[in-house]
Amino acid sequence: MALDSKIPKGPIKDKWTIYKDKIDLVNPANKRNIDVIVVGTGLAGGSAAATLAELGYNVKAFAYQDSPRRAHSIAAQGGINAAKNYMGDGDSNYRLFYDTVKGGDYRSREANVHRLAEVSGNIIDQCVAQGVPFARDYGGLLDNRSFGGVLVSRTFYAKGQTGQQLLLGCYSAMNRQIARGKIEMFNRHEMLDVVKVDGKARGIIARDLITGEIERHSAHAVVIATGGYGNVYFLSTNAMGSNATAAWKIHKKGAYFANPCFTQIHPTCIPRSGDYQSKLTLMSESLRNDGRIWVPAKIEDAKAIQAGKLKPTEIAEENRDYYLERRYPAFGNLVPRDVASRAAKERCDAGFGVNATGEAVYLDFASAFERYGTEQAKIHGIKNPSKAEIIKLGQGIIEEKYGNLFQMYEKIIAENPYETPMMIYPATHYTMGGVWVDYNLMTTVEGLYCIGEANFSDHGANRLGASALMQGLADGYFVLPYTIGDYLADDIRTGKIPTDSKEFDEVEKEVKDRIEFFINNKGTKSVDHFHKRLGKVMWDKVGMSRNEKDLKAAMVEIKAIREEFWKDVMVPGSANEMNVELEKAGRVADFLELGELFAKDALNRNESCGGHFREESVELDGEQKGEAKRNDKDFAYVSAWEYKGEPADAVLHKEELEFNDIELKQRSYK
Amino acid sequence: MNLTLKIWRQKDSDAKGQMVDYKVTDISEHMSFLEMLDVLNEQLVNAGEEPVAFDHDCREGICGMCSLYINGEAHGPDRGITTCQLHMRMFNDGDTITIEPFRAAAFPVIKDLIVDRMAFERIQQAGGYISVNTSGNTQDANSLPISKHAADEAMDAAACIGCGACVATCKNSSAMLFVGAKVSQYALLPQGQVEAADRVKNMVAQMDLEGFGNCTNTGACEVECPKGISLDNIARMNRELMKANL
Ligand SMILES: Cc1cc2nc3c(=O)[nH]c(=O)nc-3n(C[C@H](O)[C@H](O)[C@H](O)COP(=O)(O)OP(=O)(O)OC[C@H]3O[C@@H](n4cnc5c(N)ncnc54)[C@H](O)[C@@H]3O)c2cc1C
Ligand code: SF4
Ligand code: FES
Repeated sequence: MALDSKIPKGPIKDKWTIYKDKIDLVNPANKRNIDVIVVGTGLAGGSAAATLAELGYNVKAFAYQDSPRRAHSIAAQGGINAAKNYMGDGDSNYRLFYDTVKGGDYRSREANVHRLAEVSGNIIDQCVAQGVPFARDYGGLLDNRSFGGVLVSRTFYAKGQTGQQLLLGCYSAMNRQIARGKIEMFNRHEMLDVVKVDGKARGIIARDLITGEIERHSAHAVVIATGGYGNVYFLSTNAMGSNATAAWKIHKKGAYFANPCFTQIHPTCIPRSGDYQSKLTLMSESLRNDGRIWVPAKIEDAKAIQAGKLKPTEIAEENRDYYLERRYPAFGNLVPRDVASRAAKERCDAGFGVNATGEAVYLDFASAFERYGTEQAKIHGIKNPSKAEIIKLGQGIIEEKYGNLFQMYEKIIAENPYETPMMIYPATHYTMGGVWVDYNLMTTVEGLYCIGEANFSDHGANRLGASALMQGLADGYFVLPYTIGDYLADDIRTGKIPTDSKEFDEVEKEVKDRIEFFINNKGTKSVDHFHKRLGKVMWDKVGMSRNEKDLKAAMVEIKAIREEFWKDVMVPGSANEMNVELEKAGRVADFLELGELFAKDALNRNESCGGHFREESVELDGEQKGEAKRNDKDFAYVSAWEYKGEPADAVLHKEELEFNDIELKQRSYK
Repeated sequence: MNLTLKIWRQKDSDAKGQMVDYKVTDISEHMSFLEMLDVLNEQLVNAGEEPVAFDHDCREGICGMCSLYINGEAHGPDRGITTCQLHMRMFNDGDTITIEPFRAAAFPVIKDLIVDRMAFERIQQAGGYISVNTSGNTQDANSLPISKHAADEAMDAAACIGCGACVATCKNSSAMLFVGAKVSQYALLPQGQVEAADRVKNMVAQMDLEGFGNCTNTGACEVECPKGISLDNIARMNRELMKANL
């Protein structure tokens, strides 16, 4: 099948407006006769469910947690971008569009990103109207901070809990619709497959996680909003339950999977401390606004620190290597995430890491304490303040800005970050790849939509901070409600979709057979055992730095782990009850397939791009010597994979990307 | 460290539960409490037994999913944290640790340590929102200035993660801290004012319907709340209710 992105004609700034003026509308009386299933109630699914219900559709929403408020979106700390130009520092829709395309390393679709920038301002209006308590300045207006990779201050935030507050906003909108009966909420339910009738998505098979019952649910359209697949690495900053099941199952039923190898490594996570570790904790990137990153300049100091014989505060200023400021003077500590991550890994690989495992760098707030403290002393009219007084005042400001993060760090590491610099290290964080969708956010299966982190659409190869939240809410509040209407306009006379058809029978049987298999397979190894092994291959061979030889090896190894899994996995308990191991088994089975496609995609993409460094593709000389080299001539496309049985047999379809409004340029943050 | 765990096991909501003893060895003090339970579960699965079911997801103190009543305290012995943020350095080698589900009539046990907190959902559905159209064009966000103080206070109330520790720790199983936090967030902001009276009345009525007890000002909730939600929110809720009933 040829990929048709359905990008509307016309100049980029008018595409969305022209599109909206032309699409079919469903009259309100008819919306009552149309059912929509929304799987996932994070920011994307929650905002979509609330808005579709508001418009009048009957919405059935599903989530595996006990409440939409617990979706992974809740964990986002830093903030959400919007081109409001409240700060008057030159922001505009175009500039947000430009920064996002550039930050995505020119691997995203121009038309989508422009639309995202256009609706970004509305998101803030919507959330404020819902009572989201964004940070305010003393004049009562909204405050902003800046994030890595851009030169304007356009990030809106609610302390270090932006995702939480945005999610509570759309959750409250959902609650209003649940109370009105317009949303039927299925908590603790997991979608295990999609059902197609005459080629169109017409329902899902879900498992009630409390009773184990397998249920059929039908609808005129199905929306997948199930988040990202970062947990394919086992260790990541994702919530423990985050999984790829819904996305992977629809892939197997005909939805193409795009750019699986594009994953974002976040530079400011708490370093890992041992083998038992279950997940990694992110420290918001906003910390880089005020923290300076360094390692010892002398290898002997680094060794002494690793051995616990020297403290960071004992290393003199001139013996510190502020490597980001050194290498990238224009952006310094605010370079994009991939640059910051690779630079940290480079220093640690060279032996300059600062914890026992040698996998950590410092994030130091000492100079911020001084800078803010001096300012505060002036504001409060304190004459000749002592150094200690200044530091104290400065710490107060930092506490106001990032207090909860400092506290979280202290709880985990048992060190006071006000006294000694924090330690950070890169970790897998966000997946930019996902289900391929066209401009309408429809997958290659008719009537099957995919929004939020689960789709691939707006981020290209290297999402910047604060844009995932923006995309999730843009899709849910402002894009999908229009585009899905255009499709559903043809369905006003269809009537209820029956669930007693052979199509539902068949898919339900597949789902049940698989569950039975797990319960009856009396293997010897736990699900986690396989997940950890997969994670190690992924991190070592398909992580930040990749090469052809390792990627080929990874594909073979993942396949072998998968085969062993199906022979030897053990799942205690039964199918007709709450069974956490059974839930995990299904999810890891899907990761074991996705992981292989991930490696295959990485192998195909023989260029350094966004978050990953392809060792064969590096700048050989000039100012950028040694830096990642993108290859626009051969790789300016979206890779969309079609399922053909084994992941290794997947067929590549290319959506060639066109850049009419932004000139392709090699990135330079020097 | 080596530890003895006394854990509540209960097959489902109808079954009778009981405490069962387990031993874990080689626990590092850097592990989180839930990682320690992961170690136990790996051990149980390897022995072909059913692992202990407990709720968790984000493992960084923000989703509100984890619960657990540890040695008689909601979220265990540390202050200002959730169970997933509790670290084993709070315990000593050789300790016996008692682990139970949150116990309250309004939070029935689903399995082992997992309880049903749907009562919180229904309270919020009763009015914990601002009735603004989600599909319309809202006014510009800066057209309604909000004092920094009010926004900060609303944020502090909104920080509640809906974990239910306040209920679990209260001798009356009162949900007032949770509901107070919700009511306060909207009471402090100008947007929600038009429906403020109905909101508080409906939420409180639902709270009573769900079988939560009343507040007798003991303050145990505030002490155990992982997000430092203060008793002021209960006072504010009571004021709002009084105002609404005038
Ligand atoms: C620690 C952290 C911090 C972050 N900080 C920021 C930030 O500051 N700014 C920013 O822009 N982005 C940030 N991100 C990224 C951003 O949070 C996510 O990309 C975004 O929240 C994803 O939203 P979503 O709605 O697509 O998915 P999610 O919030 O992950 O929601 C997924 C939903 O799907 C449900 N689900 C999944 N599978 C199934 C299934 N099979 N059946 C039923 N339900 C299912 C879940 O229950 C859940 O409701 C951060 C991410 C992390 C990990
Ligand atoms: S008030 Fe505190 S203890 Fe109660 S639910 Fe909210 S966060 Fe948990
Ligand atoms: S697991 Fe999310 S708060 Fe503990």
